[in-house]
Amino acid sequence: MASLSSPLNICRGILKELRFVQGPAYNQSPAYKYVLEQFRKNKVTGERLCRAQREAHHAAHTYLCLLASTRSHLALHNLYHGKGECSAEEAAGLVGLRLPTQPGGKGWEK
Amino acid sequence: MLRNIVRLQNQVGHVFSSCNLYPRLQQASCTLKYSTASSERKKFYQDVSISQSEGGLFEINLDQRKLKTPGGKLFTVPNEALAIAVATEWDAQRDTLKFYSMHLTTLCNTALDNPTQRTKDQMIAAALKFLETDTICYRVEEPPGMVELQKNEWDPVLHWIENRYNVTIGSSSSILGPEIPEATKDIFRQHLTSYNLWSLTGLEYVITQLKSVVLSLGVIDRYLSVEQAVLLSRLEEEFQIQHWGNVEWAHDYDMYELRARTAAGALFVHLSSETSTVKRKLMQD
Repeated sequence: MASLSSPLNICRGILKELRFVQGPAYNQSPAYKYVLEQFRKNKVTGERLCRAQREAHHAAHTYLCLLASTRSHLALHNLYHGKGECSAEEAAGLVGLRLPTQPGGKGWEK
Repeated sequence: MLRNIVRLQNQVGHVFSSCNLYPRLQQASCTLKYSTASSERKKFYQDVSISQSEGGLFEINLDQRKLKTPGGKLFTVPNEALAIAVATEWDAQRDTLKFYSMHLTTLCNTALDNPTQRTKDQMIAAALKFLETDTICYRVEEPPGMVELQKNEWDPVLHWIENRYNVTIGSSSSILGPEIPEATKDIFRQHLTSYNLWSLTGLEYVITQLKSVVLSLGVIDRYLSVEQAVLLSRLEEEFQIQHWGNVEWAHDYDMYELRARTAAGALFVHLSSETSTVKRKLMQD
């Protein structure tokens, strides 16, 4: 049932994520070398060992998902939750409301 | 001054305290330092590298210091892939260490320290307890759209696991859930005994994230991808989103976190249970 994208796309996806987290020198890192090595190894694997190939494919997909989700999660975290509690104005703004600004507005009179 | 540093360390109290920075202080305060989920600390290293020790285990080096667990043990992992993945997590940190984004490190720490001192049997029992309240066994009776969605999406997975393990689970719309036969639990218990402590740690983590034994085993057995499992686990939420709209700072935030955690757990199970196969392949080449 698990329909995964092609190994080439996953490989490129992982390398792209590695570039995001490690900066321009990412192709010097052991992770870069290891990922390329694993993909090359599993490419030459014969059909006899196709089960291992499928396992590697799934593991690579899982790792890509881990890297991509962590990045997206951190981005959202910094955007919305990273600065601590937001002020009353900001909280109201999140749901499209504004606080009364001048006397006479709703909620002003006691 | 010394006392101040100790107090500061206790206040801050991080999971991954760099024990090697203050070796003497560490001995003085033997309490384990487990953090709250949101704690951060300043990055104190530049280079991350891995090295293989004599026993064939892999270690992580931050600059010249060896990484240790919150419990004070040397941080070691059984294979290179896991070591590289953990090293990448440490390498990915910028100015502050965001421990809540380092899921594989957290899992390794849990497996190494075993902070609750549980045995394999206890872990299996805890994992299987989720089977009684498995997400995909609980069905709603209304609204009709949701009923149909649950039937179409969850039933294939339920059929798959029933055929795969030759068990009966079934689903129910009553609040008590389906009656799960004792034989089913025995089969799963037997299956899980073949897992080692590390894989069980990962599996239990995935189960508590997805709130479902069935979906977790689906991911571990490679029947489902992580994205599919997370979608199925959040089916009701997705249904509501279709009606009421998606809120980025709640729905997407939760979804990405759940995906990251599930992927980390699944990868952890695969990497820690497949040491032998990986090694054999390397030698064949």
